Amino acid sequence: MEYQNTLTTCIYCGCGCSMYVETIDGRITGVWPDKTNQISGGRLCIKGWNVTGFVGHPDRLKNPLLRKEGKLVEVTWDEALSQVAEKLSGIKRESGADSIGLMTSAKCTNEENYLMNKFARAVLGTNNIDHCARL
Amino acid sequence: MIAAIREAVAERLGSCDGVVALRRRNGGVAPHLFQKGDELAEMELSPRYPLMTVVSRLHKAFPAIRLGVVARGCDERAYVEMAKRNQIDPTRLEIIGFACTAEEAQACYCREPSPKHPVAGTPPAPGPPNPLVAKYDSLPLEERRSFWKKQFSKCIKCYGCRNICPECFCEACAMEDMAWVEPGLLAPPFPTFHLIRAMHMASRCVACRECEHTCPAYIPLTVLYDLMRRDIADLLGYIPGADIEAQQPLSLSLEQAPLKK
Ligand code: SF4
Ligand code: SF4
Ligand code: SF4
Repeated sequence: MEYQNTLTTCIYCGCGCSMYVETIDGRITGVWPDKTNQISGGRLCIKGWNVTGFVGHPDRLKNPLLRKEGKLVEVTWDEALSQVAEKLSGIKRESGADSIGLMTSAKCTNEENYLMNKFARAVLGTNNIDHCARL
Repeated sequence: MIAAIREAVAERLGSCDGVVALRRRNGGVAPHLFQKGDELAEMELSPRYPLMTVVSRLHKAFPAIRLGVVARGCDERAYVEMAKRNQIDPTRLEIIGFACTAEEAQACYCREPSPKHPVAGTPPAPGPPNPLVAKYDSLPLEERRSFWKKQFSKCIKCYGCRNICPECFCEACAMEDMAWVEPGLLAPPFPTFHLIRAMHMASRCVACRECEHTCPAYIPLTVLYDLMRRDIADLLGYIPGADIEAQQPLSLSLEQAPLKK
């Protein structure tokens, strides 16, 4: 018999509303708005209340997919990341870093978006980075 | 006060499988199931969360467990109406009640700011009635309509009022039924969206005010539910949450529970 409320931040937009994800024996049973939080003050929008909807969704990808001979197949993270690194290095070598662009997401945390910006500028060497929240 | 409650919780952990109360961790406070060996120093009494909903979820997930719960007056009232509707098993629950402070009773406009048998705190005088209710009462009919029209036009349809309400537990909710609430409209259709819930709160709303506190649009929802409570008291003589023996009037015929007006 295990009951947990895990403190977390909504991943749907940049407001940063705070919430608890409630689990009973490891299964998600609900969301509680965090009443002690200064930003959201115990209030959430409809997306916040339903933020856990995708966790157990059958459409959710559990492993990376790689297109092999025209078909998407499940691969390990190691294989997927090696493939991405190899391709990006190749493109940079042949056509320059500015032939690469990055789209990041409002569904990531602030910190993840910061890392993406570092990856673009410090690792790849391009300023071509944008974000879906601009749409 | 909290020392006396912690003591009562420690004692109940001997006879129950766990005690539902609030816990402070990582800078926030949330409902927690205290079990033997847990650090009771982390226990808190505020801010309120609808703890009876937690009890209900645990009772349903584990049909044999016995629980304790640290409860305020509104939690106990919520328990009474939930037990009547088979959401909590009263034979598997022990209430460790405590009285709210006079300030809390005033802030909540609470008429019953203590459980029946508190183990800590002295029950304060009841809070005043919500002044907005009297103000609303003084409005002519047409202005009442425009009052709600204006308020409900702020609604962002988050369903928070329903989600946090200890008395909203239907598996299929009429507020999500396309026959009643046309999807894709913001604000949601006036007045069906909000009146569905108001009607369903008849003989259920225990005036805990959770709905109003969680409404991101700051709609004074409990004015509506206070009026509903008043009508149910005047017409049927029923006060939700007051008496676990009293049968809820909507499950009785008009002969069994005749209208008083
Ligand atoms: S005050 Fe609001 S949340 Fe509390 S029981 Fe009534 S309708 Fe539900
Ligand atoms: S609004 Fe009505 S149908 Fe929906 S959960 Fe509450 S009581 Fe049930
Ligand atoms: S909590 Fe407020 S904004 Fe959300 S659905 Fe209820 S009335 Fe509308």
